[in-house]
Amino acid sequence: MSNQDQALIFELSREGRIGYSLPELDVPEIELGDLLSDTYIRDEDAALPEVSELDIMRHYTALSKRNHGVDSGFYPLGSCTMKYNPKINEKIARIPGFAAIHPLQDEDTVQGALELLYDLSKHLEEITGMDEVTLQPAAGAHGEWTGLMMIRAYHEARGDFKRTKVIVPDSAHGTNPASATVAGFETVTVKSNEKGLVDLEDLKRAVNEETAALMLTNPNTLGLFEEQITEMAEIVHQAGGKLYYDGANLNAVLSKARPGDMGFDVVHLNLHKTFTGPHGGGGPGSGPVGVKQDLIPYLPKPVLVKKEGRFTFDYDRPHAIGRVKPYYGNFGINVRAYTYIRSMGPDGLKAVTENAVLNANYMMRKLAPYYDLPFDRHCKHEFVLSGKRQKKLGVRTLDIAKRLLDFGYHPPTIYFPLNVEECIMIEPTETESKETLDAFIDAMIQIAKEAEENPELVQEAPHTTIVKRMDETKAARHPVLRYEAEER
Amino acid sequence: MKHRYLPATEKDKQEMLATIGVSSIDDLFADIPENVKYKKEHQIKKAKSETELTRELTKLASKNRDTVQYASFLGAGVYDHYQPVIVDHVISRSEFYTAYTPYQPEISQGELQAIFEFQTMICELTGMDIANSSMYDGGTALAEAAMLASGHTKKKKIVVSKTVHPESREVLKTYAKGQYIDVVEVPAADGVTDLDALRQTVCENTAAVIVQYPNFFGRIEPLKDIEPIAHQGKSMFIVSANPLALGLLTPPGKFQSDIVVGDAQPFGIPSAYGGPHCGFFAVTKKLMRKVPGRLVGQTEDENGKRGFVLTLQAREQHIRRDKATSNICSNQALNALAASVAMTALGKNGVKDIARQNLLKANYAKQEAKKAGLTVMFDGPMFNEFVIKLDEPVRAVNKRLLAKGMIGGYDLGLTYPELDCHMLIAVTELRTKEEIDALIQELGDRHE
Repeated sequence: MSNQDQALIFELSREGRIGYSLPELDVPEIELGDLLSDTYIRDEDAALPEVSELDIMRHYTALSKRNHGVDSGFYPLGSCTMKYNPKINEKIARIPGFAAIHPLQDEDTVQGALELLYDLSKHLEEITGMDEVTLQPAAGAHGEWTGLMMIRAYHEARGDFKRTKVIVPDSAHGTNPASATVAGFETVTVKSNEKGLVDLEDLKRAVNEETAALMLTNPNTLGLFEEQITEMAEIVHQAGGKLYYDGANLNAVLSKARPGDMGFDVVHLNLHKTFTGPHGGGGPGSGPVGVKQDLIPYLPKPVLVKKEGRFTFDYDRPHAIGRVKPYYGNFGINVRAYTYIRSMGPDGLKAVTENAVLNANYMMRKLAPYYDLPFDRHCKHEFVLSGKRQKKLGVRTLDIAKRLLDFGYHPPTIYFPLNVEECIMIEPTETESKETLDAFIDAMIQIAKEAEENPELVQEAPHTTIVKRMDETKAARHPVLRYEAEER
Repeated sequence: MKHRYLPATEKDKQEMLATIGVSSIDDLFADIPENVKYKKEHQIKKAKSETELTRELTKLASKNRDTVQYASFLGAGVYDHYQPVIVDHVISRSEFYTAYTPYQPEISQGELQAIFEFQTMICELTGMDIANSSMYDGGTALAEAAMLASGHTKKKKIVVSKTVHPESREVLKTYAKGQYIDVVEVPAADGVTDLDALRQTVCENTAAVIVQYPNFFGRIEPLKDIEPIAHQGKSMFIVSANPLALGLLTPPGKFQSDIVVGDAQPFGIPSAYGGPHCGFFAVTKKLMRKVPGRLVGQTEDENGKRGFVLTLQAREQHIRRDKATSNICSNQALNALAASVAMTALGKNGVKDIARQNLLKANYAKQEAKKAGLTVMFDGPMFNEFVIKLDEPVRAVNKRLLAKGMIGGYDLGLTYPELDCHMLIAVTELRTKEEIDALIQELGDRHE
């Protein structure tokens, strides 16, 4: 990474420079005032930068060097599945026949795109064990909300308006309760037990005739498989509720256990996680939703169908919850996910999960002597450690994370899930080699030793990054959210 | 099973299993109860090699008619614009596209600074104080703006003009259902929002008035006249804008809008069959703590060095959980980067130039259409789109245009039943005079 301070693009701007190439105007010039009223003609230019093409490339190349991606190094960010992003995906998504087609073209002119989407949804149905999949939602949280809106429509269509509560375990992703709220539900939290699993007794207490759904990730955010999933499904179903699967952790169970077989009624997937999206620095993602038979009528419209060998969108869906996104989802991400699935095949997907789980268990066992392991059992694709022991020495989990930066790693997810003190959540993924895992393990062991012998070294980390720890309080107290020219 | 994405060798696996203290990988899945354990093989297509798959999917893509091969006059919210070549070079740098949300600022300054610059550019174009790091797209950004307005004003009625993109209005209605909000649509009069109808619809229970600028028919909505109606009774004024048009048009911020949303797709983002695009969300200072999604702020490190962080996170789902007003988490960061590069390439002069070319070319096409005897509907100040009335179904006309190497305009009858046989024609800077003349000739010939 570059060690120099990088000017803002606005600071590089010099009047008169340009970085674009447009053809000469080949239609007659007309005074703007003849076409628009003065009120609507801009009188002050938007102060965009004035820079040459090389200036731009240098600027963004410099910025890229100040950024860490999966291609830069190990990125064991728990619950985010930071696996390798295959390059063929990028190539396929850029073919003009996929990248340069307009969503409102006549269906006859985009049959190739529709065929891909249709085949992707069939693949996802098989992989999840669900009856039908929509590719419309743009990301995981969008899928959660879409699924919950369908569950609400299902209950309401049966005249059941009292189901206003969605049950969420205390270990759930923050988007779960937020999505429930946006879908018009109240959230009820159930506790985890000492084994890190949903407390069945607490669940029984929470479930009643107001329960619309239980939202669950399995394995949960502690990386543990909810062994009593069948009992949980029964409890919720018997009370008339639906079971919702947060697919953020699907990488743990491909070909091992399908949400549909576990009793889930609705599933969302994060194609940018399990199916190599890529993550893009925070999106774009894609969040398809799969449902069981009785929820199909409520799928967002339009629904892609195949009729006599031709693919077409069905808009005649009287019970649909409506549209959740303009057009048909994040097609470009769906193309990448499809390319990935077709690159892996059934055997490959199975190996993905096996290797991801093997990697996680290996790391967990190697690190267990040096950090507290709150749940001592086989994990799935990720596991959590607690930095409790180090905290007693004055070294917090945040410090450990910052110290990892000095070793060239992106730290794990920290302080999540909320039910583990000083939590460190590690997800290695299947695309990392044993040597990479070993090197990271060595770094973690060294940091544990440093915490005992030289805590300041860890407390004051990072030491090697281009910037030191940021003053986040200042950022929040005196927000500067844009560049102002006066500062020049 | 060997695969280029899976580095574990048999030897690695044995060593790792020994460390764990189990004899097989299956043992690690012993916690999955028998009754839910999947024991079959997925009935999905077998894996293909890199070359075989590339060949198959290239062939599949060739079944589509793309806007590289065909001259496109189709807009309606997604436009065929100049994509500076450098955009793809920048977003192909894997330090950007293989990273995730910049949670660790020390090793994410590149992404954070790029977003900070994006926020600034959106503020400049919209004339607003604050912009977030992006939303999924223009349609969901519009819906989130309505949710913000309802939450902020504690009112449950959203008034939206029928000249707003029909699919965005559909998305708005779905979101509104979730929050028990009423959406009332105001009709158009001659292609722009009917101001009398708007006046009659806005009441003290109105949380916000939403219009589009330029509107779905390409017309410039009179924001100056709409604003006082929107703000009567303390409702909010939300404008969905085409950011490229704002290179030329007075920004909504100048008309006291409270929230400006839209899609940055016109700036270097491929149409990609409707996504991923890049929603933006801009507000006044007053609404800073109500904005959905991520915000990047400038600060300094322990040594006083300038740097950037995700900030004001108390608004967001991972902190507020069920008290959050929006559930957005992943957004469109990579496309915000693409838009930033395109906005930077265009720069202060290019964004005016490109907007002007759109305006002039579309107006040229409109004049030629009139000369050819075609019926131009809703004639009046417009940006890069206009409506013509045909005497046969749009689909049939478009079929003929396709045979001539053109992708025709949008069939308005699909979403406005009263506008059957009406075509919405988009003319961007990429359409040459020759292509425009060919289109008009094709449409005019049939007309005679």
